[in-house]
Amino acid sequence: MLTNKIFLKKTKKGSILKIVREHYLRDDISCGSECCETCTHDSKGAKLLSKPENNSVIVNTPHYIIPDSNVVFHQIDVLEDAAIQNLIILQTVLEEVKHRSAPAYKRLKDILANPAKHSYSFANEFNKDTYIERAPGEKANDRNDRAIREAGLWYQKHLSCTGITTTVVLVTNDADNRAKANLKGLTAFTIQEYIKSLKDNGSLLDKLAHVGTSMVVEKDKVQFPEHLSLAEIQKGIRTGKYLQGTFLASRENYLEANVSVHNQEKMVFLQGHANLNRAVNDDVVAIEMLPEPEWSCPSSLMLEEIEEKPDDADIEAEDAAVKRKRVPRELRQPTGRVVGIIKRNWRQYCGILQPSAVKEATRHLFMPAERRIPKIRIETRQARDLGSQRIVVAIDSWPRNSRYPQGHFVRKLGNIGDKDTENEVLLLEHDVPHCSFSEQVLSFLPKMPWTITDEDLKHRTDLRHVTICSVDPPGCTDIDDALHCRDLPNGNLEVGVHIADVSHFIRPGNALDREAASRGTTVYLVDKRIDMVPELLSSNLCSLICDVDRFAFTVIWEMTQTADIVKTSFMKSVIQSRASLTYGEAQMIIDDPKRNDEIARSLRGLNRLAKIMKQRRIDKGALTLASPEIRFHIDSETHDPIDVQAKQLLDTNSMVEEFMLLANIATAQKIQEEFPNCAVLRRHPSPPVSNFEPLMKAALSKGFKMNVSRGKDLADSLETATIPDDPYFNTMLRIMTTRCMMQAVYFCSGMIPESDFLHYGLATEIYTHFTSPIRRYSDILVHRLLAVSIGADSSYPDLLDKHRTQIVCNNLNYRHKMAQYAGRASVNLHTHLFFKNRSVDEEGYILFVRKNAVQVLIPKYGLEATLYLNSEKSKKGPPFIFNEEENTQACAGVTLKVFDRIIVQISIDRSNVQHLKLRIQLVEPVIPGFSVPPMSLKPDGDEPPAKKKKT
Amino acid sequence: MAGLELLSEQGFRIDGRKPSELRRIRCKLGVFNQADGSAYIEQGNTKVLAAVYGPHEIRGSRSKILHDRVLVNCQYSMATFSTGERKRRPRGDRKSKEMTMHLQQTFNAAILTNLHPRSQIDIFVEVLQSDGGNYCASVNAATLALIDAGIPMKDYVCACAASYVSDTPIVDINYLEESSGGAELIVATLPKSEQIVFLEQNSRLHEDNLGPVLDLAVKGCKDIHAVLDQAVKDHVAEATAGSSIE
Repeated sequence: MLTNKIFLKKTKKGSILKIVREHYLRDDISCGSECCETCTHDSKGAKLLSKPENNSVIVNTPHYIIPDSNVVFHQIDVLEDAAIQNLIILQTVLEEVKHRSAPAYKRLKDILANPAKHSYSFANEFNKDTYIERAPGEKANDRNDRAIREAGLWYQKHLSCTGITTTVVLVTNDADNRAKANLKGLTAFTIQEYIKSLKDNGSLLDKLAHVGTSMVVEKDKVQFPEHLSLAEIQKGIRTGKYLQGTFLASRENYLEANVSVHNQEKMVFLQGHANLNRAVNDDVVAIEMLPEPEWSCPSSLMLEEIEEKPDDADIEAEDAAVKRKRVPRELRQPTGRVVGIIKRNWRQYCGILQPSAVKEATRHLFMPAERRIPKIRIETRQARDLGSQRIVVAIDSWPRNSRYPQGHFVRKLGNIGDKDTENEVLLLEHDVPHCSFSEQVLSFLPKMPWTITDEDLKHRTDLRHVTICSVDPPGCTDIDDALHCRDLPNGNLEVGVHIADVSHFIRPGNALDREAASRGTTVYLVDKRIDMVPELLSSNLCSLICDVDRFAFTVIWEMTQTADIVKTSFMKSVIQSRASLTYGEAQMIIDDPKRNDEIARSLRGLNRLAKIMKQRRIDKGALTLASPEIRFHIDSETHDPIDVQAKQLLDTNSMVEEFMLLANIATAQKIQEEFPNCAVLRRHPSPPVSNFEPLMKAALSKGFKMNVSRGKDLADSLETATIPDDPYFNTMLRIMTTRCMMQAVYFCSGMIPESDFLHYGLATEIYTHFTSPIRRYSDILVHRLLAVSIGADSSYPDLLDKHRTQIVCNNLNYRHKMAQYAGRASVNLHTHLFFKNRSVDEEGYILFVRKNAVQVLIPKYGLEATLYLNSEKSKKGPPFIFNEEENTQACAGVTLKVFDRIIVQISIDRSNVQHLKLRIQLVEPVIPGFSVPPMSLKPDGDEPPAKKKKT
Repeated sequence: MAGLELLSEQGFRIDGRKPSELRRIRCKLGVFNQADGSAYIEQGNTKVLAAVYGPHEIRGSRSKILHDRVLVNCQYSMATFSTGERKRRPRGDRKSKEMTMHLQQTFNAAILTNLHPRSQIDIFVEVLQSDGGNYCASVNAATLALIDAGIPMKDYVCACAASYVSDTPIVDINYLEESSGGAELIVATLPKSEQIVFLEQNSRLHEDNLGPVLDLAVKGCKDIHAVLDQAVKDHVAEATAGSSIE
C-alpha cells in the first residue's frame, strides 16, 4: 500500500521551532500517459494522449509539455489556448503557482479539469523516484527547478522504458535551468522559442506575455521611482514607517487615487505619476505618508487621458500641472506616495485598441473600458483586424522606464457598437458569470411534465382555496411573491405572504446549487436578464404564475385592524394565485369603487395596513431615499430604445414593499432565534458622520442644517428640508443622502457581535432577505434555515458551518455589488444608444461643482453627466472662476452652484467613432460664448451636433 | 493564503498519504525487564512507551479496594521533550488528567476485571514524541503491554482518530491535521466484535457526516489490530524460539 520511507521536513517559524513532518513517498503514482502500461491509472483513466499532435518544428517526435512555474504564472493565457494540449503540470509547479497567485492557480486548475486539454498533474513530490531533498546551501527556488528537471528526466526514462517514441519537452525561460536540463539530455526551450516553432501560431504569438523585456526602446530614461523589495516593505510596515492598503484609482482624474489603509477609516490621498508609482486599481500597496506641508487635496479637475503621449513625455511636468503650489491648511488631506507593491490584483481588461499613427506598427495602445485602469501597451500583428473590435487584454508588467504598463492580447469579443458585444463587455467587466448552464447543472432540474404528488401535499398546508394574487412590475416573469388578506371571525385580519419555494427544487450541494451559489444573484440589464437559476425554474416551476398550483413558503400573520401583530406562523404550502397583477393594475382595482370582489377587498385591506405600517416605520427613523430610476421603451424589432420615462411610484409599490419588509424581519428574528451561530442576515452599518460632509455643505448653501447624528434625526431633517417652489430640491437631497450611505451586506450571525446587526436604512435591529429566492441566493439559504427551524426540511453540514456560510456571504456581497454596477452600466449603454440619433434640451440640476466642471443630474433620463467648463475647445469663451469656499463657478455674471436648475443640451460626441461619448452643453442660463442656443431655435435639427457649436 | 490545503485535488494529504491510509506503525513488546509487561509503539512520529504492573495487591489507601473487580490505575504523562516547544509539566495538568481518566475508562471496559477482585493493575504510559493521535498511540501501546503482561482481556483495544476535510473523511490524523480546527473523532474499539469502548469528538461535525467518519475510524482500528496482532505473534514466536535454544 505504501513504501515506508520517511523523510523529514524541517521548517522554521517565528521563534525558532523545529517542525518535523512525515513525508511518505509512494510507488503507485501514475505517469498519466495513455500509452503507458506499467502504471495503473486511476478510475478516470489516463489523461495524456498516447500520440499527442503538436506541430512543432523544433521537436519532431510527439511530446508532452512540462512548463515550469514561471511559464505557468506568466503565460497562462497561452497555456489556456485550445491549441496547447498534453501538458504535464508537476506538483512542485502547482504549489508554487498557488503561493504566488490565486487567480492563476484557479485558471491552472480549470485547465487540468478540462478533458479537452488532456493535461495531467503529476504528484512528483510524493513519488519515490522523483522526490529530491534540498541540498545544503541550495536555495528553495533552485531546489524546485532541480525537482522539475528530475521529474522531466524521470518521464523521459519512464516513457522510453515502455518503448514509446513519445518524449517530454521542458519549457522554461530560465537560461540556467535550460542549460542544466540540456546537459542531462532533457530537451528544453523557452516558451517564445517553442510557440514560434509551432505551425499556425498567429494568435498564440499575440498572447505571449512580455515579462522582463521592455517594449520601450529608450532604456536609460527612468521615469518612475523604484519599488522597494517585499522584505523592506514588511520591515517598514512593522515599524509603522509604511502603511498597507488597497489602491483605488479615481474615476475622475487619472493622476489621483485613494488608498484605503487597512484598519483605518480615513482614506489616504495620492496624486501625480511619481506618487502613484505604477500602482493599478485594486492592487495592495505599501505607502509612505508625505510630510504635512506637502499634503494636497483632490484637484476637482475632471481629467481624462485622451491622446497618446510618447514615452519620453515628461511626467513631472504633467504632475506639476495637477499639483497645486500651496494647498490651504483646512483643505489638506493626508497624502502619501506608493513605495512598493505588495500584491498585484491584475485581471483581464476589456477595451479597444487605440488607432495608431503608424499603419503597420505592431505596438499599440489599448484603452480599457474601465476608466480607473491605465492604458496598456500591447504587441499585435492583427491591429487592422482588431481596430473595430472590443478586445480583452491582460497586463504583464510595468517597467520603470515605461509610461504605460505592458500587456498582451487575450481574445476578441466582437464589433464595437454591436449590442451583444457591448453587453458582453459590461458583463465581463463586472465579472458576471453569464455562460449558459452546463449539462450537469441542467440534469438536476425536475423532469417535465412536473406534477404535484400526494406525497408533496402531505407535508404542505393546502392554501389553494385562498384568494391570493401577485403584484409585480410589468413584464415580470419570475414572480417571487404573492399576497393575501382576509377577515377573521374575531374581527382581526389574516395576512399572508407567499414566497416561491425555490429551495424545494434546488437541493443543497448539487451542481445546480453550486452554480446558483456562485452566480449569487440574477442580473438585470435593460434588455436582458442573466438568470441565477435555469429558466425552467425561474419563469415556470418556481414562479407564482396565476391559475396554476405552485409550491410556496408562506408567512401568515394575524393582525388587528391597527396592524398590530397577534400571531406569526411559517409553513410550506401549496397555493394557486388568482391573478398576476402589475402595480398599475392593482392600483386601478383599489381605486375602482365598482369592484368589490375578493381580490379588491384583499388588496384594499393590504393597502390600508401597509400605510399604517409605513408610518410606524418612518416614526422609528427609517429613511426614505431616492435614486433616479428610469425605464426604457424598447423597440420590439430593432431592440433599440425608443423612449425613456422615469419609474413611477404608486401606492401599491410601497404596499408590496411593506409586507416584504415585514416578512423579512419576521424571518430574520425566527432564524436568528433558532440558529444564533449561523443565520444568514443582512446589515446596513450606520455611516460615519464624515460621510455626510458633502451633503451638509450642500444643504447649508440653501440654508438648511442637516442633523445626521442618528438615523431618526436625518430622516426628520430630510422631511423638513423643502423649498416650496423647487419641488425637486428635496429629491436631490435624498439622492445625495443615498450617496453617503454604506453598502448593506450579508453576513453570518455567528461572525460579528449582535450590536452590529442593525439595518440603518430600515431602522430595524435585525433584517434578512427572504422574499426573492428566484433571483437571490441569500434567500435560498434563508429558506433552508427557516425550513429546518419549522421542521419542514433537514439540515446539512455546510448550512450549519458559520465559516462556510460567511464565505458564501462574501461572494454574495461581491456579486450583488457587481450586479448593481452592471445594471447601471447597462442603463448608461442604452442612454448612449438612445441619444445616437437625437439631441435634446432637457432640464437638469447641478449635483456637484468641481474645479473645471459641474456634475449635472438630468431627472428625466436619470442621467448624471459632466458639463466641462474651461475646456480646451472652448478657450475662446470667457473663463469660469471657481470659488472653492462657496463651491461655485462664476462666469460673465452668471453663477453656477449646487442645486441650480439649468437647461442642457444632450447629444453624442462623434469626434471619435470608436469611442462615442455623451456630450452635455449648457443652454440656460445663457452665457455668451459658452452656452449653445436651444434646439427650437435651430434652423435644421438633424445637422450633426458636433457642428452646432457656435463659439 | 487561506490556510493549508489538507487534501490536494489529486487526493493526497499533506504528508503524501491517501485519505484512508494509516501512518507507519512500528511496535515492540517487552522492552523493559522490571515491569510485568511493556511495549513501545511508533505511529508515524508519535512515539509512546507503556509499562504494566500487576495484578498485585492494592498499594496505598485500602479504601480504594474494589471487592468485585480489579482496580485499573492509569498514569499518562508526556515527556518534556515530546513537543516542539519544551513542556513544563510532564503530568498532572488538566489535559493529562483527562487523558488518564479516558485511558482508565477504556481499559476498564476491555480487561476482564472480575477475574482479579481486590487487586490492582497499573498502566503507565509515557509519550516520548508527540505528532497527533496521542490517545490512540497510548491505547495501542497499553494494549500491547497488557498482552505482554498476560492480563486477560476481552480483545485487543485499538484506537484510531479520524477527521473530515473538504468533504472527505481522513483517518489517523497527524498533528497538523488535528490542529487545523476541523472535527476530530477518536474511537477505541474491540476490533473483533466491533464494539466501541470509547468515543470522543472534538469540535463540531454535522450528523450526516458522522457515519462515514466513524466507519473510517473503526476500519482504521481494524487495520491497526492487524498490525498489532502480527507484532504479538512475532514476539511470541521469537520468545518461544529463544526458549527452545536455552
